[in-house]
Amino acid sequence: MQDEYAIRTRGLTRRFGDFTAVAGVDLAIPRAKVYGFLGPNGAGKSTTIRMLCGLLAPSSGQATVLGHEMPRDAEALRRKLGYMTQNFSLYADLTVWENLEFMAEIFTLPRADQAARIHAAMQRYFLADLAERRAGSMSGGQKQRLALAAATLHAPELLFLDEPTSAVDPQSRRDFWDRLFELAAAGTTILVSTHLMDEAERCHGLAIISRGRLVAEGTPKALMESIDALVLEIETPDPQKASMALRDEPYVKSVTQLGTRLHALLRRDTPAAVKKLSEALRQAGLKGEIQETPANLEDVFVEATSFEGDERVAPRA
Amino acid sequence: MLDTFRRIRAVGGKEVRQLLRDRITFGLIVGLPLMQIVLFGYAINTDVRHLRAGVADMAHTQLSRTLVAQAEASQVVDVVAAAPSVTDLEKLLSDGRISVGIYIPPDFDRRAAGGSRPAAQLLVDGSDPTLLGVAQGLAAMPLESRNVSSAAPVPLFELRNYYNPERRSAVDIVPALIGVILTLTMVLFTAVAIVRERERGNLELLITTPVRTLELMAGKIMPYIVIGLIQVTIVLLAGKLLFAVPIVGSLLDLYLAALLFIAASLGLGLLISTVAQTQFQAMQLTVVTFLPSILLSGFMFPFEGMPRFAQWLGELLPLTHFVRLVRGILLRGADLHGLLPDVWPLLVFFALTMILAVLKFHKSLD
Repeated sequence: MQDEYAIRTRGLTRRFGDFTAVAGVDLAIPRAKVYGFLGPNGAGKSTTIRMLCGLLAPSSGQATVLGHEMPRDAEALRRKLGYMTQNFSLYADLTVWENLEFMAEIFTLPRADQAARIHAAMQRYFLADLAERRAGSMSGGQKQRLALAAATLHAPELLFLDEPTSAVDPQSRRDFWDRLFELAAAGTTILVSTHLMDEAERCHGLAIISRGRLVAEGTPKALMESIDALVLEIETPDPQKASMALRDEPYVKSVTQLGTRLHALLRRDTPAAVKKLSEALRQAGLKGEIQETPANLEDVFVEATSFEGDERVAPRA
Repeated sequence: MLDTFRRIRAVGGKEVRQLLRDRITFGLIVGLPLMQIVLFGYAINTDVRHLRAGVADMAHTQLSRTLVAQAEASQVVDVVAAAPSVTDLEKLLSDGRISVGIYIPPDFDRRAAGGSRPAAQLLVDGSDPTLLGVAQGLAAMPLESRNVSSAAPVPLFELRNYYNPERRSAVDIVPALIGVILTLTMVLFTAVAIVRERERGNLELLITTPVRTLELMAGKIMPYIVIGLIQVTIVLLAGKLLFAVPIVGSLLDLYLAALLFIAASLGLGLLISTVAQTQFQAMQLTVVTFLPSILLSGFMFPFEGMPRFAQWLGELLPLTHFVRLVRGILLRGADLHGLLPDVWPLLVFFALTMILAVLKFHKSLD
């Protein structure tokens, strides 16, 4: 029962009519780690999470969560599972204390230490001064802390967070992640979906999901090192024109602008890449300094999710 | 089992807290019954009197004057205008200055004596169905001096009005009003209460917790059962104090009947909540079910007067049965046992809507 993985799926698929939201996803998510789902909106992250916590039945494929077969054993899993929804889903017209008390009662936590538990949670998530505040009148960061406090009140083994920091300022986001690592260190498996690179980079393990498919998987470091592309950084006075000029070169997979710099992803087997690029720039009447650079996570993401680029390049190679 | 009670209590307690904080809803709970009872109790009056009438008397005989005097004496009509011809009478009617026109032809005495043909004519503004009914009653009025030689005619039937001897509308309206108010508030509140949780996203969180569908529903409707009983009490008290509505039967039976009806209404509300995606849709659907209830239940129009098809539809509505129960208990002093034919339809309605709601609710999460 107690295997090293909190979640395993094989060929997990969900169709809505003709539309395939999740297509044959295989996952193996280790225990007590923060594991990220990175992908654009509509990629199938939320649908996958909903299947894993039993809200949706898969159209085909299997999922085992904490040793429970889903969706068959969904009920048995409820107590071991915490879920923080994308939008604030506690009661806006109840106070912080009332919301936490409600969750404690719904999870039928022992009455004896219920109050102590709620107090501890309010301390941990800096809510102690807000006990009597209505949730609806709180800031985005405060709401998020309350949601996390509510989702972890029953000490779940597995915590699902669906784009948890969408309405939160950067400082609150840092604090929030510190809390997540504390939870993971204490043995909680955390599955977090995001479309923010800096968040994805903090995860122990990462799955990049695009159009319902798992397109890359590994630690952020391993993903960046093993990227199937050469990454060249181009410093140029006119990055927009340069981007246009380079985009159509057959060996260029994609070009991304980062302020005054460009990141160009080239096919790995491109010989003399720097020379080729500066030649292309010169022909377009542009100047630029080009150097090879290690891939960042955004490069990995762009490389993994750009199918069209590959298809376009392939016939000419 | 104990866990189940704790979760139901948690959901119910939360619901009460939210209700107490929502001033408008809370005001509606008490205000709506009071407003409706005052409005309906005073305004709905089916015993029509003092209709404005015009007379075109072409005969000018003693008998014709007797007829007019007699019609006025009945208090049903007040003669407010005299017209020189039938065309003038029609004009008065179409202008809306009178609701009833009495036309007495020149040969009135001969017609009255003959008795084979109607002696006079009543012109009625048929655009108001109630007026038509009243006028029909007037037309049946025997002319005392129809046959001058005979003694006063003996009526065929002596009419005795049981249970509401003074024929006050309020006595009929107020008991049934309990049902109307409960239909509106119970169905609407439950439908909106669940849809609101879906709309605000609370449901997405709740369904990942151990709370079960039935526990959630039970917890959500519990407070509304209590609210329903409070509303019954308000209407009963107001009916007694404002309109002297009699309470002949047992109060226990009445509250049991109300409880049954509340359950049926809550079932319908829950069913609506599983279909509607937004609070606005929930309100629309409530109105869609509310209108037939008002029209076909016997609250507004006599059930016996409706076409068979409409009666058959009416039998499907919980309000129809509750109107019969509440009138039976309050006015005739009947007991629930005697009213069983109207008890079991409410039970069936409740069971069916609950089953459907629970089935639908499961599906709607997927």
